[in-house]
Amino acid sequence: MAAPSETAHLKAEAMIHGALAPSDYLVVAPVAVCFLFGAVLLMVRKRVDWHPWLAIPGFALLLAVDVMLLLKVVADGPQTMMMGAWKPPFGIAFTVDMLGALFVATAGFVALAAAIHATLSMSLVERRYGFFPFMFLMMGGVSGAFLTGDIFNLYVWFEVLLIGSFGLLILGSEHEQLDGATKYCFLNLVATTLFLITTGYLYGLFGTLNMADIAQKAGRLEDDGAMLTIAVLYLVAFGMKAAAFPLNYWLPASYHTPRFVVSALFAGLLTKVGVYALIRVLLMLFPPQHAELATLIAWVAALTMLVGAFGALAQSDLRRLLNYFVIAGIGTILAGLALAGDGGAAEPSIIATAASAATAAPADAAAAPLLPGSGPLVVGLSGAVFYALHSIVVMTALYLAGGTASRVAGSSSLVVMGGLWRARPGLAALMLVFLFAVSGLPPFSGFWPKVILVRGAFGAGLPWLGAVILVTGFLMTIASARVFALAFWRNAPEPAAAGPGAGNAPARFDPKGEASPVAAMLPLVLLAAFVVAAGVFPQWLASLTDEAARGVVDPAAYLGSVFGGGGS
Amino acid sequence: METALSFVVGCLFAVALYLLLSKHIIRMLLGVVLLGNAVNILIFTAGRVSSVAPPLVPEGAKAPLDAVANPLPQALILTAIVISFSFFAFLLVLAYRAYQDLGTDDTDEMRVAEPENDGLPPLGY
Amino acid sequence: MRTIIFRFTAPYLTALMVLFSIFVLLRGHNDPGGGFIGGLIAASAFAIYGIACGVAAVRRALYFHPMAISAAGLLFAVVAGLLSIPAGTGFMTGLWIFPHVFGTELALSTPMLFDIGVYLVVVGGISSIALALEERESD
Repeated sequence: MAAPSETAHLKAEAMIHGALAPSDYLVVAPVAVCFLFGAVLLMVRKRVDWHPWLAIPGFALLLAVDVMLLLKVVADGPQTMMMGAWKPPFGIAFTVDMLGALFVATAGFVALAAAIHATLSMSLVERRYGFFPFMFLMMGGVSGAFLTGDIFNLYVWFEVLLIGSFGLLILGSEHEQLDGATKYCFLNLVATTLFLITTGYLYGLFGTLNMADIAQKAGRLEDDGAMLTIAVLYLVAFGMKAAAFPLNYWLPASYHTPRFVVSALFAGLLTKVGVYALIRVLLMLFPPQHAELATLIAWVAALTMLVGAFGALAQSDLRRLLNYFVIAGIGTILAGLALAGDGGAAEPSIIATAASAATAAPADAAAAPLLPGSGPLVVGLSGAVFYALHSIVVMTALYLAGGTASRVAGSSSLVVMGGLWRARPGLAALMLVFLFAVSGLPPFSGFWPKVILVRGAFGAGLPWLGAVILVTGFLMTIASARVFALAFWRNAPEPAAAGPGAGNAPARFDPKGEASPVAAMLPLVLLAAFVVAAGVFPQWLASLTDEAARGVVDPAAYLGSVFGGGGS
Repeated sequence: METALSFVVGCLFAVALYLLLSKHIIRMLLGVVLLGNAVNILIFTAGRVSSVAPPLVPEGAKAPLDAVANPLPQALILTAIVISFSFFAFLLVLAYRAYQDLGTDDTDEMRVAEPENDGLPPLGY
Repeated sequence: MRTIIFRFTAPYLTALMVLFSIFVLLRGHNDPGGGFIGGLIAASAFAIYGIACGVAAVRRALYFHPMAISAAGLLFAVVAGLLSIPAGTGFMTGLWIFPHVFGTELALSTPMLFDIGVYLVVVGGISSIALALEERESD
């Protein structure tokens, strides 16, 4: 050990000094809250009756922290905190910009809704197995992935959320779940290993893991094919996590096997973490390579959408149908990432134009000339982020509503379900809202991002991609209409007509779930409020996603936040 | 040294991928283990094999005296080992449970979650 | 596996290994060692005890459920990070105090608290998996 005075000198060189305000800790607060509540809940795992009373305030606190973080980012720009106060790029950075803040706030919102739903749909035995602790663990991983500014740390958060999701997936240990979990676990492990391999190459090339540092160095480095290789490998790894077309067969094999609440969380959050990582790595770190890969991404997006839409049409089970809706949504998001071509003029999205006209915000007008040639990129990315946020909320809502409907009907098979319009008109109305939203029909949240994406696709010289988005929307409308007509609109079929395979289905559903319909409806009403609000007043969300997209395409503010002092 | 290690990594990847392509879970598990080790050596090689001296600062000095090994890949590998170890432990339990409950370790025969003859959805009412 | 020799020596072996794991844990800050490897040694000690004397004996000896031990470790680790908030430094910053206890100087720090947390997480997590596997073999 060096002498004390020397130690102090060395620390002054290597570490950041100056006290931080309590509000600076908001950057790490979502992760800390998740692990704190997760640990406490795991310690009182025997007292399952306490779990909801600890978990609901915990998720409410998580949402409050996320929203405060979002407000801080809106007010002050990207925020950075260095772990252990080591100076960048040597310490692990937690950096949150608009993109991460939007994702983390939406994730907190759906987690709260799912937790409220879970208080009545999860049996005591499943709570004893640790539903809420695993959910906090998974949310900690999801939040960490959205907030971190270090690419190896991103890998670690992927693994944390995977461990949490494994625990949730096998909750109950039924045959179906073990079957689905085997496929899910192996394929996701291979995907994260590919992520790690690529990160190894990345480190070999750049000698750094801090994303801001990589973004700086990547701009200066001559690409001799090594960077394109890394970009392709990241595309494969994150595409697999996001369930993009050729690598998505693990999703329909597993997402319908756990409890509905768990499926809702998975469908809402896990694939979107892959999409987020793709945006962050491909668009912020390797923009030239992304431009080269844009055509490939466009094909992947189109095929993912079509697989999702046709898959949904072929399913006879509500949950397996929803699985394919998730895939179609991922395809639509990827379509936004494919718009990098420089054909066509820089065309700001119509909503942002309307918003800037309405509020006379000079920021939009001032920012546009700063980014010459990146018009379609920003428009597509903004649409993709908007659609991703919509998809997080609406897929969670669909699974939760589907879970409630299946409990009422006693099955999730469309052959057996029926008569729910009479039995539960409120639920049926909410389901209709969510089905409209997922199909992209106005006046709900799915409409505007699709408008942005279709216009962006035509503007970027990819009219066929715009056409595929429209065709997918049409096919999903048919699938949605069939769900509503069969499960809700028609009269309940005679039990005899239900056919084989329907007899053993009701055993899976807990009849106690009906005891408190108010608690079952509250999360759905919350989620529907978001869907309607984002559909009727899209300006506020569109202006935020526009800013997020600009922050990714031109990461000057992100870099400044990491290297400019680091603490504030 | 890096060249030789690259060949080792390549061989390990080849064996791991071959095992992962198998239908049987137990072989896939072995493939996962080998894949994890291959990645660890890859990261180690990516950090350049420059010196074998441990990256420790001697007593009274401010910086290492000679060229030392790059400590960051070692930290990354340590993290990766921890993660791959815990995943392997989990997958082992899962595979064992799946084998006991489903009565097979052949992934082709695991059709509980996706039955083969699921039928079409009702085409009308 | 349940030979008389093994059953007789296993408790001593377990006690020695747990003691050694704590030694490895505590020397970890400046020398090779630390929470993860210490936790693994302790977990393998409990696994050996389980092979020799049965899973029920291990559960009795651990007293707390392995998952609760893990949870306590997680709590320690988070608290080690949160202690930097009152100090006003970056999250997870190492904070040291040197109290004098019985005339000797003790170096207590948040990295040590974090390492103890890792130790407990590993002990709890790995021994719960090991016990689950051993339970299945016996029935």
